[in-house]
Parts: sequence; C-alpha cells; structure tokens
Amino acid sequence: MTSLVFIRHLLKRGIMILISVLVAVYATIVIANMGGYVDQIIKSEIYMAVSQSIRQNPAFKFLNETQFKKMVEDIYSNELKRLGFDKPFLYRSFNYWKDALTMNLGRALFLSSESGSRNVRIIIAERLPPTILLFTTINLILFFIGLIGGLSLSRKQGSLIDRMITMLVPLSSLPGWFYGIFMILIFASFLRILPYGGMVDVPPPSSAFEYALSVLKHMILPILSWLIAYSLISTYSRRTFFLMFSSEDYTDLAKAKGLPESVIQRRYVLRTVLPYIITDFSLMLISSWMGAIVTETVFSWPGIGYLLNAATNAFDGPIIIGIVVIYAYLLAITIFVLESVYGILDPRLRAEGGEVGVT
Amino acid sequence: MEFWIQGSELKVVKLELHKIRQSFKQLIVYKSALIGLLIILALISISIYTIIALPYGKAVELWKAGEKYWLDNPRNALPSWVNVFSSRKLPETITLSTEIPRAGISKVIIPAIGKLNVIRIEFSFNYEYDDFPSELNLFFRSKFNISSPHLTIHWIKPDGEDIVLKTLVISKEENYYISVDYGLAYDLKNRISQKLSKPIEYGMPIVVSLFVVEDDSALNPDTVKVMKGVYKLWIEGTTFETDTDLDAKLNVYGKVYGWAGTDHLRRDVGIAILWGTPIALAFGVTASVVIAFMNIILGAVSAWFRGYVDTAIQRITEIFMILPFLPIMVMIATFFRPTLFNLLLAIIALSIFGAGVKTYRAVFLQVREFPYVEAAKAYGAGNFRIIFRYLMPKVLPTLIPSIVLSVPDFVFLEAVLALLGVGDPLIPTWGKIIEDAFRYGALYKGLYYWVLEPSFMLAITSMGFALLGFTLDRIFNPKLKEI
Repeated sequence: MTSLVFIRHLLKRGIMILISVLVAVYATIVIANMGGYVDQIIKSEIYMAVSQSIRQNPAFKFLNETQFKKMVEDIYSNELKRLGFDKPFLYRSFNYWKDALTMNLGRALFLSSESGSRNVRIIIAERLPPTILLFTTINLILFFIGLIGGLSLSRKQGSLIDRMITMLVPLSSLPGWFYGIFMILIFASFLRILPYGGMVDVPPPSSAFEYALSVLKHMILPILSWLIAYSLISTYSRRTFFLMFSSEDYTDLAKAKGLPESVIQRRYVLRTVLPYIITDFSLMLISSWMGAIVTETVFSWPGIGYLLNAATNAFDGPIIIGIVVIYAYLLAITIFVLESVYGILDPRLRAEGGEVGVT
Repeated sequence: MEFWIQGSELKVVKLELHKIRQSFKQLIVYKSALIGLLIILALISISIYTIIALPYGKAVELWKAGEKYWLDNPRNALPSWVNVFSSRKLPETITLSTEIPRAGISKVIIPAIGKLNVIRIEFSFNYEYDDFPSELNLFFRSKFNISSPHLTIHWIKPDGEDIVLKTLVISKEENYYISVDYGLAYDLKNRISQKLSKPIEYGMPIVVSLFVVEDDSALNPDTVKVMKGVYKLWIEGTTFETDTDLDAKLNVYGKVYGWAGTDHLRRDVGIAILWGTPIALAFGVTASVVIAFMNIILGAVSAWFRGYVDTAIQRITEIFMILPFLPIMVMIATFFRPTLFNLLLAIIALSIFGAGVKTYRAVFLQVREFPYVEAAKAYGAGNFRIIFRYLMPKVLPTLIPSIVLSVPDFVFLEAVLALLGVGDPLIPTWGKIIEDAFRYGALYKGLYYWVLEPSFMLAITSMGFALLGFTLDRIFNPKLKEI
C-alpha cells in the first residue's frame, strides 16, 4: 500500500517536473528572441556574408550594380528560407519549442564539431563527456571528503583541527574557478610543471594508456582548485549536521542503552542525516553544472561550458539555446532522481506521499 | 482597544530591534566578524573616495578614451611599489617636452642666411635604473607653410659616444617610434659587435642597444647591463621659413607606473580597481537584499494564503528552478548586451521565484500556527498586515546571515559575466580586468599583477562578507552556536 502511494507521488512529481521543463524551455526560446532582436542581427549578418561572397567571387565580376543587388537579394532570401526566417516568430517559436524538446536542436550558425558537423546535437554530444568526466570526478571526491571529514570532525568537536576548519570555512565563499586562476598562475605559469589548460597534450598521444595519462595530468589543476574551494564547506556542513543529530533525544537514549559508538553513528546519526547529505550533494552537483561554464573557460576544458563561451563569442544562437535546454534537462533529471532517492530514504514520505522538497 | 493592539505590535518590533542590537554587541566579541566588518568598512571608504575623487562620467570616459589619451604611459607596466621590494630598480617613465620647459631641456633657434634657421633641441636625463626602458618614442609638432624642417637626431651615451639615430624630413605632426625602427636596430647591433669584434648572436632590441654597457657582457642577453648616467638626445635641424617653429617630446617608457600598473592599452589599471569597488558593493548588496526580500514575501504569501495562491507560486518557483540560471544569464547578456543596471534587473527577475521561496514557505508554515498570529487574526487584522507585521518580522533576523552570505555570490556573478566577455562594455570592473588579462595572455607572459590585483579585491570583498555572514549565522541560529 505504502509503495503504491509512493509511486503515485513520484508520478505526480514527474509530471510536474515535465510541465516545468516544457514551460522553462519555451520561456528560454522567448527570452532568446525577445522582440525579434536576434533575428535582426542574424539577418544582417547573413546579408553581409552573402554580398561579400558574391563581391569576392571572380565569376560574378561582370555583373553591374543592379544585377549584383538582385543576385544578393535572391541568395539572401533563399538563405533566410533555409534558416526559416520567412515565417512569423510565433510560428517559429512553436517550431523551435518542438525541436528543442525533442533535442532536434538544428544546425549551428557558425561553430562546428571536431568532425566538421554543423548539427547542434552532435556538437553538444561531443562536448558532454569531458564535462561529465571532470565534474563527476570532482563531485565524487568532494562527497567522500565531506562525509569522512565531517564524521571524524564531529567526533573531535572542539579540537584544534575542528576549530581551524571552522575558522577557514569563509574561504569557501570564493568559487572554484577563482582558485583555478591561482592554480594556473602557480603550477603552470610560475613552476611550469602542469599544463595551462585543455584536455590532452597537443598532438594527442597515440596509445590509449598515454592518452589517459595525459587527460589525468590536465585534470589535476581543475580538480585541485575545486577541492580547495569546496572541501572545507562540505566538511563543515556535514559536521554541523552530524553534531545536530547526535544531540537528538533518540541518540541520547541509544547512548544510555549502552550501544557501541559505531552502531550509534551508523544507525542513529547517519541514517537520519542521509536525506540532508543527499540534498547537499544535489546542490553541489547542480552548482557544478553551472560552475562548469567558468571553470571550463578558465582551464580551456573542452566541455559544455567552454562551448557556451565559444558560442557566446561567435553569437551562435542555436548552440546557446541548445545548451540552455540541455542544462534544463540535466537539472530536471537531477531533481527527479533526487526526489525518488528521497522517498526511498525517508519513510515519512513513503507513508504520507507528502511534499518534502529537495531544495 | 485599537491602542492596545498598536502597543503590542510595537512591542514585537521593539523586541526584534533589541535582539538585533544585542546581536551586534555579540558580533564585536567575535574576532572574525570584526575583521569582516573592518574589511567592509574599508571597501565602503574606498567607494566613497572613488565616487568623490573620480566621478563616474570621467572614469568611463578615461577608460574608453583609447590609447591616444594614455600615450605617455608605458604598456603593461608593473605597479611602482614593486621597486620597494626589489634591489633591482625598474625604470619609471621619463617624459621630456619642449612645451613644458624645465632643467635638462633646451631649445634654440638661430637665424642663419636668408630665410634659413638652425634649430637645436637638447634633452638630457639621468638614467639610474637597473633595467632597460620598455619603449622609446619621439613626437614632433611643427609650424610651417610649405617647406618642412630637415632634422638629424643624435643619441649621446653617458660615456660620450655619439650615435646618429635618424635623419628625417618631418610633417606637421610626426611621430618617430624609435624602439621599433628595425633598420636602426640592425645598425646599432652591428656597431656594438664591431666594437667588441665579436658577433652578437641574439636580436638586440633598440632599448637595449641604446642603453647597454658595451663590453663582453653585451654578448649574452642574460648578462647585459645598463649604463647608468646622463643621456642626451639631440635634435639638430634646418628650417626653411622665417617663422617656423618646432616642438618635440621624448618619452622614455619605464616598466613601472602608478600604484596599480597599466594594461595592454597603457590605461591605468588603478581606475578600474577603484571603480570596481562601489560597483561590486552596490551590485552585490542590491541583488542579495532585493532577492531575499522578494523571496521572503513570496514565501510568506504562499504559506499564509495556501490554496490556489500557494499552488501557483510553488509551480512557478519550480519552473524557475528548472531554468538553468547562469546559462540563461549568459544568453541574455549575449543577445541583449544590457547595461550593468539592466543586468541587475535581469538577475533579480530570474531570482524572484528562487529556491528561497520554498525554504521560507516551510518556515512560514510553522510560524503561521503561532498563537500571536492567531491573536492577530482574532482581532481582525488584514492578510497583508499579518504578512508584513507579524510573519516577516519574526523571520527577519534569521534572514540577515543568508543575505550577507549571498553578497559574494552576486559580486562573483558580475565578475563571471565580465570574464565570459558579456559584461557591460563601458564600465571598468574587476571582472573586466581579469578578462582583459586572460584575453591578452597575462599568465603566459608572466604579467601577474594584472590578474592578482582585481583577484585580490574580489577575494577580500568576498571574505569580508563571508566572515561577517558566518558569524551572524552562529549568533542568529543558536543551535549552531552551541556546536
């Protein structure tokens, strides 16, 4: 019975999140093309490109001014049709919407993938693995540092190391990419022992083992900068939660019963803290999706964030919208998965089907 | 009856004020909070000084004025105070102009036969630094009708060596960039290698060959030494009209400038460091305060009314939680190139329905069941009176730490947008300096000051608010205090 309630709850949440994604993606498209401003810029750029390519083509040298203009207009209007500009925005917006939701993200205006494709989905798919590789690694390391560090600190409450970490926590108000700048400055620019950025050496090593080693070498600085930035805060917040829950009445009762410390930790503290830890982890994960943009830019790490920066500089609308949509999906999936995990971990939720938000 | 109610409300407010005042006293006890407060006060003083000493309009104009305005500054110079810490004294910029007479500058025009005049300009300066200058430029301004003056430029080293740099016919405004005259570089290098009768194996720049001690140490770029002493630049020329006049300006560009150094366009980085302060503070504080209050109001409304209002607010919040904040901000900043103020508005608009709404709603759901709220309802207080006078004051103290703690986030958000190249193009901010530095390879070239100065400001601002915020958190959340 309870599991049925839970499944119904999950279904409800799933539908809610799906509707949220629908609206969010449409909002993205509308924001992206507010007042047709983007259309105008892209149109004028196409016009420039068309007229320049004709003017520079020696085959069309014999054309006089009127013939030239007509030719430019013809090719320009064809080009507009190719990009779907002849229809009103409302029509296009629904088209864009459908395309965005089905991940049929169209063709990039200026950028292309390593393999030379202009397909936005291929371009983004190519950049997804590096981002996932780097930030999953970072998050897993941070998660375990926080868990183990928090547990051991909560046992040594008030010790020198405990006080030191509490004192140093404000250092975590500086973001990871910011420490990244200093890491580059020290290890790449000054000591010259690690690369400035990128993912592999140029040219990439041929053997798979050396390739992996090279990637690993490039991962050191980004990981290090995130660890410096966030390991303190995650240790500290875990420690606070552990301490809060080890002073609950039922923990005191367990102590009074004479249960061993390890059992109390595992069964009474960890169990109740787990939902909060998951929340923390999820927030970390979500913020890492966002933080990736700047970190990847600083380290020239060829992931989604770096692509967004490149697309911004090249004014490549479809790619920017595509990335926003991908991020929206990632966020939605993360939230949904977490709500499910929450339900499994928190019996109250399973029983009542009530609302316990992730964030 | 009415009076009594007023009194009780006043009491609630008074109690809160008292609590805040007491907390402030506690705050001073914590050393870290004191440091944080001092940092914030220092930043506020810098902001006030900046706004008074360098008005906004002037700062923006100076910043976008381009290289012409800054022509007398060295390019990518370190801040001057590095000389205090180093035994190797880096050169300051030396500017000598016949239009601003002082010791070491002389200009004589001697009438010769007929309309012919002989003109002599002499610049002399003492060069006592341990490093070579970065550039050498000579600017001419002359008045004539048809026939332009004919000039010969001499360079005299402290040991008396006389070198002819160039013979030229000048126009009314002529610039001679001595340090990039590659023909001259070749000749000068040959001259030194002939003198030493050994070949010089590396490309010796003009700033080196004009200032170098001409012995065997000049053969290796690592051992070259500066010849210290009085240098002279001598311009001798003939003019062909009676009322011809000639002014010249010599710039010996140094390697240090001002208290903050210069960037790739010779601009004083100090301007951006100073102006970055009020902008960062105003941006960060406005964004965090406005967003926090919007969130708290929405949370209270949602929790108080329940029903449809609650559902609507919660669903909208969920949609906004799905919208990826930073990518959308980047998108907006790219497509619309907003000014800093519009950027702030966009950030606020995207954050009104932030995750905070859910947190505060949960808190208000508990508060609304408190007896004093019930009492207010019983005497017939309106919905909004209850929300603004009863619910919100109760939660406000716990809100303060999170407002203070979120200030750095928004300071960094502005920096991030500038770093991604989508910030306000006109206003000099810290993020913009970092972006410029990155774009022009400051870390590759070892121009660390360019990155470190704005980074230091960002870090110190962030630390100030974080130190204060964490301490406030401990004071307002007693549960944390025990731990």
